[in-house]
Amino acid sequence: MTELDQSCSVLREYGSEQSLLSKPDGSSTFVQGDTSILAGVYGPAEVKVSKEIYDRATVEVLIQPKMGLPGVRERTREQCVRETCKAALLLTLHPRSSVTVILQVIHDDGSLLSCCLNAACMALMDAGLPMSHLFCSVTCAISKEGQIIIDPTARQEKVRRTALLTFAIESVECNVLMSSTTGSFSVQELQQCIAISQKASEQIFQFYRDSVKRRYSKIK
Amino acid sequence: MRDTPLSNCERLFLLKAIEAKKRLDGRQTYDYRNIKITFGTDYGCCSVELGKTRVLCQVSCELVPPKDSRPTEGIMFFNLELSPMASPAFEPNRQSELLVTLNRQLERCLRNSKCIDTESLCVVSGEKVWQIRVDVHVLNQDGNLMDAASIAAISALSHFRRPDVAIQGQDVTVVSPETAEKRPRLFICISYLLVDPCEREERVKDGLLVIAMNKHREICSIQSSGGIMLLKDQVLRCSKIASVKVSEITELINKALENDRKIRKEGGKFGFAESMPKERITTLKRDDAPVEMTDVKETASDIVNRTETTTEVVPSPVLVAMGTAQVGEGIVNSWALDEDEEDEPQTEDRKTGTVSDVCFCAVE
Repeated sequence: MTELDQSCSVLREYGSEQSLLSKPDGSSTFVQGDTSILAGVYGPAEVKVSKEIYDRATVEVLIQPKMGLPGVRERTREQCVRETCKAALLLTLHPRSSVTVILQVIHDDGSLLSCCLNAACMALMDAGLPMSHLFCSVTCAISKEGQIIIDPTARQEKVRRTALLTFAIESVECNVLMSSTTGSFSVQELQQCIAISQKASEQIFQFYRDSVKRRYSKIK
Repeated sequence: MRDTPLSNCERLFLLKAIEAKKRLDGRQTYDYRNIKITFGTDYGCCSVELGKTRVLCQVSCELVPPKDSRPTEGIMFFNLELSPMASPAFEPNRQSELLVTLNRQLERCLRNSKCIDTESLCVVSGEKVWQIRVDVHVLNQDGNLMDAASIAAISALSHFRRPDVAIQGQDVTVVSPETAEKRPRLFICISYLLVDPCEREERVKDGLLVIAMNKHREICSIQSSGGIMLLKDQVLRCSKIASVKVSEITELINKALENDRKIRKEGGKFGFAESMPKERITTLKRDDAPVEMTDVKETASDIVNRTETTTEVVPSPVLVAMGTAQVGEGIVNSWALDEDEEDEPQTEDRKTGTVSDVCFCAVE
């Protein structure tokens, strides 16, 4: 049976800044511990005829690593982010347009995919794109002793035979939108991780609410 | 995506304003915008904000075999990328003229100036040398990318610590980064005619003069583009202004490096997370937050018990003849339908069993 040690179920210090870039329609940075991602959103904007869809907007996601050119690892992450964004955005309100989300890795210290998803959601909010619900993401790591660690650092992720599970959770009913896992784990551990992620997501959604409230606090 | 074009009245306004020595944001003709340099958690990572233009640079190194023509020299590799985040006009994987120009200029400035001694990058002559890779990402385009990129590249190179190498006979082991310092001479590019143009002003320009210079007033490279005819004293005047600006910027870089070094020595927190301004209304930070996990185990076991496990029916293989076995019964072949079969009632032909796999294997 997996142990749920209280000391390992701590979300690292997190923070965000919105509207920091002048050119994109929406931009945000999301920082989880030392992992930092910068997101920029352009949309709804012009789309190439080859990529246009007649009744909804086309979502494109680009993840740029800090060193080297983007490879297969970035492409799989882009796929995860794209599917989550497509589920959350109201795409049918903007047919034949494009929504482009660009994510730049500023520093990677574990939980990279989660940080990307959180930054993407804040940037989409900043751009004012209509969404049916917000989403956030939590990463869990299951060590080989069976201990579940939330929001692991890069060092904790690299330990041998650690399973990594990333879930994207939506804000209305805390359902799972997307899951991306590596490593082996039992059905029991999976359900526990999902339950923990749902609990942790409540805090992140409260953070979203607080940052938006703070942002518009000066407007009468 | 295409960028919004500049309207004729905007263009006229800008040109008239420049003639009257007035600039769009109220600066003087030879004033630079505010430069902010921040360093990241790991060595060699630097972010520069020149007004609203934002550039991120990362320096990394790798041990590789050297080039055949130069067995005792290390390799430097520069890569500047115009991120699609910077401007709607930048598309990924597109070799635009701007990208090529910026890359070439950055390379010329840093490589030909020999600001890093490539001989010192050699580990084992002819076998292993350091390859230093400088990646510059442009995050927001608000004019004067060249200057921002060169400031970021130089700051990142100054900040970078190359790992130490221990050589025992044929083995080369790499030790984690020590204070092996490389002091490159600082060369900075200054763009001209109007110092540090912002994005609107850049669109109106006819030509560009870029001077790369170090604080000892040595010019590394001058590039003039746009086909404008410059008089000799104009170029001299530009280089004088460049020397003043370069010394100011060099001081700024050195101060930023000093601050970072001090913070690291004192054990304080450093990195981009710390440099996020806290007083702004658009930022919010939350400390470590514990997650309540009291009834997690119960909810999880509940969900697992509620889902019924599907009973899997796996057909067992039946030995038909020597060397041939059959698993399952298979569905009716629907490829070549004879005309007689179409007349017969369809339902009888389509009845199949629950299993649908036929597997014939030839066993030796």
